[in-house]
Amino acid sequence: MELTRRDAAAALAALGAGGAVAFGADRVRRDAPDGPDRDPGPEPSDDRIRATLVAAAAVVYPSDVSGIEGFLEGFLAGRLDGSEHAAGLRNAVGDLDDRADSWYGGRFASLPAAERDRLLREIGADTAEEDPDGTTAERIRYYVVNELLLALYASPTGGELVGIENPQGHPGGTESYQRGPR
Amino acid sequence: MNGGGPTDRSPVPDADVCVVGAGPAGALVADQLAADHEVVVLDAGPRFDPADRLERQERAIRPAYDRPDVWDVGGERDAHENAGEWFYPLNHARVKGVGGSTLHWQGMVMRLHEDDFDSGSARGVGPDWPIDYGDLRPYYAEAERELGVAGASDNPYAPPREEPHPMGAFEPSYSDSLFAEACEALGIDMHSVPNARNSEPYDGRSACVGYGTCQPVCPSGAKYDATVHVERAEEQGATVIDRAPVQRLEHGPERVRAAVYATPDGTEHRQAADAFVVAAGGVETPRLLLLSESEHYPDGLANSSGHVGEFFMDHLFAGAGGTLEEPTRQNHVGFYTSACDQFYDEADESQAPFKLEFFNYAGPSPVGMALSGDDWGDPLLERLREGYGNHVAVGGLVEQLPDADSRVTLAEDRTDGHGNPVPRIEWTVGERALDTIERANEIQIGILEALGADVEWVAGPDATGPAYHHMGTTRMSADPEAGVVDADCRTHDLENCWIASSSVFPTAGAMNPTLTIAALALRAAEDVRDAL
Repeated sequence: MELTRRDAAAALAALGAGGAVAFGADRVRRDAPDGPDRDPGPEPSDDRIRATLVAAAAVVYPSDVSGIEGFLEGFLAGRLDGSEHAAGLRNAVGDLDDRADSWYGGRFASLPAAERDRLLREIGADTAEEDPDGTTAERIRYYVVNELLLALYASPTGGELVGIENPQGHPGGTESYQRGPR
Repeated sequence: MNGGGPTDRSPVPDADVCVVGAGPAGALVADQLAADHEVVVLDAGPRFDPADRLERQERAIRPAYDRPDVWDVGGERDAHENAGEWFYPLNHARVKGVGGSTLHWQGMVMRLHEDDFDSGSARGVGPDWPIDYGDLRPYYAEAERELGVAGASDNPYAPPREEPHPMGAFEPSYSDSLFAEACEALGIDMHSVPNARNSEPYDGRSACVGYGTCQPVCPSGAKYDATVHVERAEEQGATVIDRAPVQRLEHGPERVRAAVYATPDGTEHRQAADAFVVAAGGVETPRLLLLSESEHYPDGLANSSGHVGEFFMDHLFAGAGGTLEEPTRQNHVGFYTSACDQFYDEADESQAPFKLEFFNYAGPSPVGMALSGDDWGDPLLERLREGYGNHVAVGGLVEQLPDADSRVTLAEDRTDGHGNPVPRIEWTVGERALDTIERANEIQIGILEALGADVEWVAGPDATGPAYHHMGTTRMSADPEAGVVDADCRTHDLENCWIASSSVFPTAGAMNPTLTIAALALRAAEDVRDAL
């Protein structure tokens, strides 16, 4: 099933551009409580964030979803604004790349898909509960894994994969709830 | 007020009316009086930016946030104690700020039934109200127009009405059609349900667009919330001061003189007025009266009866759910479209009134499931497909009787950020309600079994919880010794103080309370106007 720019616009319409409101200042902190005590380096560029999330989506999205790059380009164009959510997203991507570099010798997006999957699990992002203020695993779960899953499954195409063309968070009107299964 | 400059939270000179609380009751009173009088509204919480609603919706969906986080409930401002037989999750049950708890409510707006006003006479338990359905009927109609109610006249069990609802009802859901076959076989009647949610554009607000997150946030504004009437009151000249928790009401023996409120800069102000309307909900209203004790009223303001804080009630949830072996199309919208009031007026001494609700949001939402598992990729999609799509559920609300031991008092040794004792809640639920939950469960399970469902959960007497409808703590009575306010919602003790809130309900019924709150507020506003 192909994701489209309409899906990206729909995901943004559902979630807003700025992410959850009123983050505390500690949510943009780069070093996580369990993170390495070292210079975090410069913030990742928008291009690097897009490349990283596209690479992560290839792991966390179902295999028969296509059009990911265009979808995320549209979605991130709205999310990567000046908000604190955007700052948290940048920091999480920076931390993910730091781990990729330390453990696998390259940025996350440069790794083969199997290594990307393994790295996310080794970080603990699969079992962590999302938390924008939490450990590296909890923040990568929040800003990378769940950011991607939220964008997909709150969009009409993502919903239709599961059998709901108007998923929660999507303003899909008041017709579909009246219709029977197709 | 939230523009670039500092917000002016100073008192308004020569105010006629001071309203405490900017929820639906306070907003309606302010709107009714603002054209002809100088009205000030004080609210403990903030004025929320409408532009933040999508972000609040994201909080509602993401598992990182609890329900109170959606509207910034909690912290010192909202501290409280539980000391009763039953735990009461107060901060899940309210929102403080301009709009009040209508910001997170589901928006169901039924009228109470005729017997609800005469519980003692008609059912043999609890007090009668000093007003009856006929007294409130025109105000119900006005409240339906004010809030914007979508409904139909197909409910044979509803009390008599004089005109159609302002908007047509939402059409039944696909799952309603499945329930209809089972209910028909059992002789159970289904009918539409009134929603304070636009089925078409109404009053400058859009029709529902199906975000599916009604409770706790409607980003489109199609669901009524009290910001509608707050803004209308302001357009007529009313002043609304947010983040201004009232600390106490200054008074003499017969009149309230001023509301003393705190502001974020740490100062206290004094808002004088000719009339005061306390509209701070079923917990903070009695708390404010108790905090305002004096030599004239040593047990709390307006508390000569001793009943301030007593008779705290909520509606009890009864429900059952399961799965079918076919799609049920749940979670497209966040409201329900069919109900059953058939058993409501069977109520007597031993059985409480109760109603049934046919859910359109049974089972998990796929997006919520996706964010809380430990899988991704194809295994996640497989789990979503297995977990979503064939759930059904029937809910319901049950009345609890007023009990003086179920009450709100002041905590003995815990204070809020201003040094005021926090509310202490002792919530108890009697046998009549618990027995009626079992009765509702029997019917719910019967419907599900007739539908061919595999019943997977039952919210019975041991698993019930409150519906977040605080009622009863400043009860209405014609007898000053038996209640706190009279039939016009004016306090028996003070000639210029009214209470507009579900706290005045002598009994609870089993219908969602907000339409009755609105009707009583409109009626009280007339009495305030006549007194000015």
